[in-house]
Amino acid sequence: MRRYSRGEQHRVEVVLDGRSREGRCESRMLLSDFLRHVLGATGVHVGCEHGVCGACTVIVDGVAQRSCLALAVAADGRDVRTVHGLARDDVLSDLQQAFRRHHALQCGFCTPGILMSATDFLARNPAPTEQAVREMLSGHLCRCTGYTGIVAAILDVAALRRERGGTQAA
Amino acid sequence: MKDDAQARPASQGTWVGRPLERFEDEALLAGRGCYADDAPVRPGTLAAAVLRSPYAHAQISRIDAARALAMPGVRAVVTGADVEAWTSPFIVSVKQPMRHWCLAVDRVRYAGEPVAVVVAEDRYLAEDALEAIEVDYDELPPVIDPVAAAQPDASILHADVGSNVVSDRSYRYGDPDAAFAEAAHRVRIDVRYPRNSGTPIECGVVVAEHLPGGAGYDVLSNFMGPMSLAAVMSLALRIPAARLRLRAPRHAGGSFGVKQALFPMIVAMCVASRKAGAPVKWVEDRLEHLVGATSATGRVTTLEAAVGDDGRITALAWDQLDDCGAYLRAPEPATFYRMHGCLTGAYAIARLRVRNRVVLTNKTPAGLVRGFGGPQVYFALERLVQRIAVELGLDPLDVFRRNFVPSGAFPYRAPAGALLDSGDYAAVLERALASAGVDDLRARRSAARSAGRLYGIGFAAIVEPSISNMGYITAVLTPEARAKAGPKNGAIAAATVAVDLLGGVTVGVDSLPQGQGHATTIAQVVADALGLAPQDITVDVEFDSRKDGWSVAAGNYSSRFAGATAGAAHLAALRVRERLARIAAGALGCAPADVVFERGKLFARSNPGGALSFARAAGNAHWAPALLPEGEMPGLRETVFWTPDVLAAPDGHDRVNTSATYGFAFDVCALEIDRATGSVHIDRYATTHDAGRILNPALADGQVRGGFAQGLGAALMEEFVYAPDGSFRSGSFADYLVPTAMEVPEPAIAHLETPSPFTPLGAKGIGEANNMSTPVCIANAIADALGAGVDPAAIELPMTPSKILALVAATERMVSR
Amino acid sequence: MKPAAVDYVRADSVAEVTAILAECGDDARVLAGGQSLMPMLNMRLAAPRVLVDISRVAELARIRSGVADHASDGGRAAASGAVAVGAAVTQARLEARPTLAREVPMVALALPYIGHFQTRNRGTIGGSIAHADPSAELPLVLAALGGEVALRSQRGTRRVAARSFFAGMLTTDCRPDELVEEVLFPLAGEGARYGFREVALRHGDFALAAVAATVTRDAIRIAVGGVADRPQVETWPRLAGSALDDALDALARRLDARDDAHASASYRRHLVRTLGRSLVEELA
Ligand code: FES
Ligand code: FES
Repeated sequence: MRRYSRGEQHRVEVVLDGRSREGRCESRMLLSDFLRHVLGATGVHVGCEHGVCGACTVIVDGVAQRSCLALAVAADGRDVRTVHGLARDDVLSDLQQAFRRHHALQCGFCTPGILMSATDFLARNPAPTEQAVREMLSGHLCRCTGYTGIVAAILDVAALRRERGGTQAA
Repeated sequence: MKDDAQARPASQGTWVGRPLERFEDEALLAGRGCYADDAPVRPGTLAAAVLRSPYAHAQISRIDAARALAMPGVRAVVTGADVEAWTSPFIVSVKQPMRHWCLAVDRVRYAGEPVAVVVAEDRYLAEDALEAIEVDYDELPPVIDPVAAAQPDASILHADVGSNVVSDRSYRYGDPDAAFAEAAHRVRIDVRYPRNSGTPIECGVVVAEHLPGGAGYDVLSNFMGPMSLAAVMSLALRIPAARLRLRAPRHAGGSFGVKQALFPMIVAMCVASRKAGAPVKWVEDRLEHLVGATSATGRVTTLEAAVGDDGRITALAWDQLDDCGAYLRAPEPATFYRMHGCLTGAYAIARLRVRNRVVLTNKTPAGLVRGFGGPQVYFALERLVQRIAVELGLDPLDVFRRNFVPSGAFPYRAPAGALLDSGDYAAVLERALASAGVDDLRARRSAARSAGRLYGIGFAAIVEPSISNMGYITAVLTPEARAKAGPKNGAIAAATVAVDLLGGVTVGVDSLPQGQGHATTIAQVVADALGLAPQDITVDVEFDSRKDGWSVAAGNYSSRFAGATAGAAHLAALRVRERLARIAAGALGCAPADVVFERGKLFARSNPGGALSFARAAGNAHWAPALLPEGEMPGLRETVFWTPDVLAAPDGHDRVNTSATYGFAFDVCALEIDRATGSVHIDRYATTHDAGRILNPALADGQVRGGFAQGLGAALMEEFVYAPDGSFRSGSFADYLVPTAMEVPEPAIAHLETPSPFTPLGAKGIGEANNMSTPVCIANAIADALGAGVDPAAIELPMTPSKILALVAATERMVSR
Repeated sequence: MKPAAVDYVRADSVAEVTAILAECGDDARVLAGGQSLMPMLNMRLAAPRVLVDISRVAELARIRSGVADHASDGGRAAASGAVAVGAAVTQARLEARPTLAREVPMVALALPYIGHFQTRNRGTIGGSIAHADPSAELPLVLAALGGEVALRSQRGTRRVAARSFFAGMLTTDCRPDELVEEVLFPLAGEGARYGFREVALRHGDFALAAVAATVTRDAIRIAVGGVADRPQVETWPRLAGSALDDALDALARRLDARDDAHASASYRRHLVRTLGRSLVEELA
């Protein structure tokens, strides 16, 4: 059992995009705020703070989840992946490139969360139908694109990965 | 993998018109955008949280912040008293003694109205202190329904005004009464347009710093203009406009007009910073955004047409009542007047009568929401066209064809003053029918109906104004009052093109983009002018009112980018090109007019072999000013301010050309209603546009798709709902429903391009068309599916399954209660 | 939208959880996946003194099959045993269980309707049951199947039948010192057919009305969610035709449907009739 009392600063340690990081925060701090403002991962966006818009989605211990619906202290010791970890050596991943190709973003505010969901989703569903992609995407709100390009990009990258024999860049 | 579009074109001058991938995307996809909440702030910047009224209408008898001030980390609490001491009420565009402050003073008039601001060391602590502020409210009767609010016995929001109707203007063009008297038919429709919003996924952010020594305020925010509001803000802060420095960060998370409504909070945060003696940052949360940011204007309309037996409309009579909420906040009542010149839509109707009333209710003040004015107007006008077809037993397509402004008639002066610049509405219609496969849809409808299913087809034809005339709002004044106030007109756009010491080209623009890809398009435009590639152009879309060229019309609204801002950038680039031609002409041994700019080189038309690189030519101007030709100034930086010639102030007969250009869209929707659940399944949606010359087709289609998704939301699910007591029922994203990827089908998009004669590149806006066309097109299809027996006034947005099913029941008397 | 200050305790064992609950009672809230509780904390609609995080309690992360159940709820399909789902098991994990559709087909049918991919990844079965939202799918399914909830406290363990557990809007029979330890879904009965159907305004939203039904050789068991303040369950003989319509109509009228911003009461009643009818016909 571990107790984090109110009003005090606590040490929280995570593996953030492959690197061990730590920061201090109150027990009540949301994981989204911790990632953005304490660790500087500003690619994690916040659009509603009640779990609907999906902008804050990150991958914790392998599964995509809302970082606004988690406390930072609860993530202590966990592996956290964000949009910052997708590109390698400044080269965009296949998924990111597909988003650019298909004009899957305009303002880009919803995009990091969608990329993280899609990363988890494609790992579990290498050959999704359009319907399945749309169902997964229904956990995100995009006000700019009408979703067309996003759906196309995800289906495209799934097909490309299958062509390349299932090895994944992500 | 590169799209072909990315490759250098065979000849110069053809970057415009290609679906280039966006230069914005790499940073955004890597999570390395710099949105307002990511931008650096000074150490010691404090966090603000806003206390908002839980009541729709109440007198504030006491505010006590003592307990809040004693809490840990709290540095200041700002209330109405501070605001009265340090600011003035916002000016309003109608002469009424209405006092609207950035925080409530003595009285609250809508649920969610800001009452106090807590400034603390972090946002968590600030929110803790909100709970400790004691406010005593004496509740007053709220007025929610706009029609009831306009009654003489209604509870009054602003006692000094004496009525909730703050503007009542009538207009008459041609002789509408005679047309109605002579008409074979009168067709009338009563409709209501709901309150809804664009709800960008990024909410508002303001970082304000009060500067010592009377230097004013420095503000970083995702406010998106119109910059005319800089005047409203500085007057409220009682400072010269130059002392209010407004800056915008590199990236913004959407606006759809809505972030215009940040301006009162900018003033509030300036006051908060002054009181706290430190920079203050406020990040609007989603609950605040929904309850308190802004809303599209709700409207109650009665529209009547005088119609001949053939469906030809000879006159229109509009009676419109706008629900602007608790305060008439700038730029309202612009929702009316943006559309005023083109109230006859796509039709050649010479005679027109209009009555516009603005009423205040205990709701969030209305303001810009993408489509601004268009959804309200076309919901009435295009429903009316559908009713004309039903009531006269005509094919709706014939009603369009017989009434459209004829193809050869452009530029066409509409009776209320719009100068429709270019178009071919009949040709767009034919293309739309082909794109939608209307014959096939009609066959599907017949088959569905004979099987007892509810299948309908709807149409909508809309004229999409862009580049708003800064003077249109003065049409709300009488000609006499206007004369006293002095004329207002134009729509100044600004762009700066600079060439640096190594020949690099930088462009600054006044468009405050919110994600539309302006940097990419500007790079295409300027590359064409200078014979460079878009990759060579650096576009700076950050904004700083101290350093950039801008004027009143600057900002991200009225679809002004493609026509105005990109046009100004084009003109500025041409100016730079002329100067470089003069500078290089000597070295190239030809006249300036014979210097060719192509593929990064300058050469004499007669001697392509003797080329000078662009960098070299530009570099000379920096490194060797002594070599400049006689009379040529040093420095290579040109700012162009451009305003459309066609935008004059309203004339003595209240005619006004409300926008510089007018695009056109024709939509077709086929859908089926599920009898069991009342839900709507869109079978096909086709949207066909004429937005003049298209600068980047991929970005244009992106605008269409985004607008379509929002229009679909407005049609089927989005609404700000108020309870009878004025409490707000749509306060979260679980209550205010925005369509997801499961609800948005894929529209078929087609284009026709008739370039505008009035913009430098022939371009018009395209971003708002579907916000105007899609809600009514879907409503028309639903009305068609429900059959001729449906009460037309009962088609009210959003058409939720619950409402639709009630109409199915009422029409067919099938479902028992 | 930031939570109020709170003491956060990450528990490693059920004993620790029940000890804290015994000590703090009403002042403590159990945090599992957080998909319902965290929004309430962010909006400060809930501000407990202590949060007990059970997401890392290994004992609560188990799914056990063939557990004996003692439900005395005669109406439900005869079955022996249940699938017992520990309180920290996520919806996604249960959804991925290969045998689920065989064991409790109705749960398999309902899971895809719950929220979204991203929320099911964290949201737990136990959390949804404990939250008892009247429009939520899992409470409806548990009631429809006549399942049970295992409650654990320092005083011991007790099992409560779903019909007594759900006590009203966001209200359950769970006492302040008790933890929802397991949720027991009865295994599918031989020859019984299960169905689930709902109408929501958007995919993943809470239901405007949802109907879950079990049809056996001689009975129809029908449960309705989203309309009244808790799931409503009725058991009928194998009605058909107008008798079925009448029974559904009577059921719809008994539910205390309300108008809200999204749908009228009469619309919800209509859905009960039409969803109920089509579901029963499909299973007949
Ligand atoms: S910010 Fe987390 S879901 Fe919207
Ligand atoms: S790209 Fe702007 S919200 Fe999705």
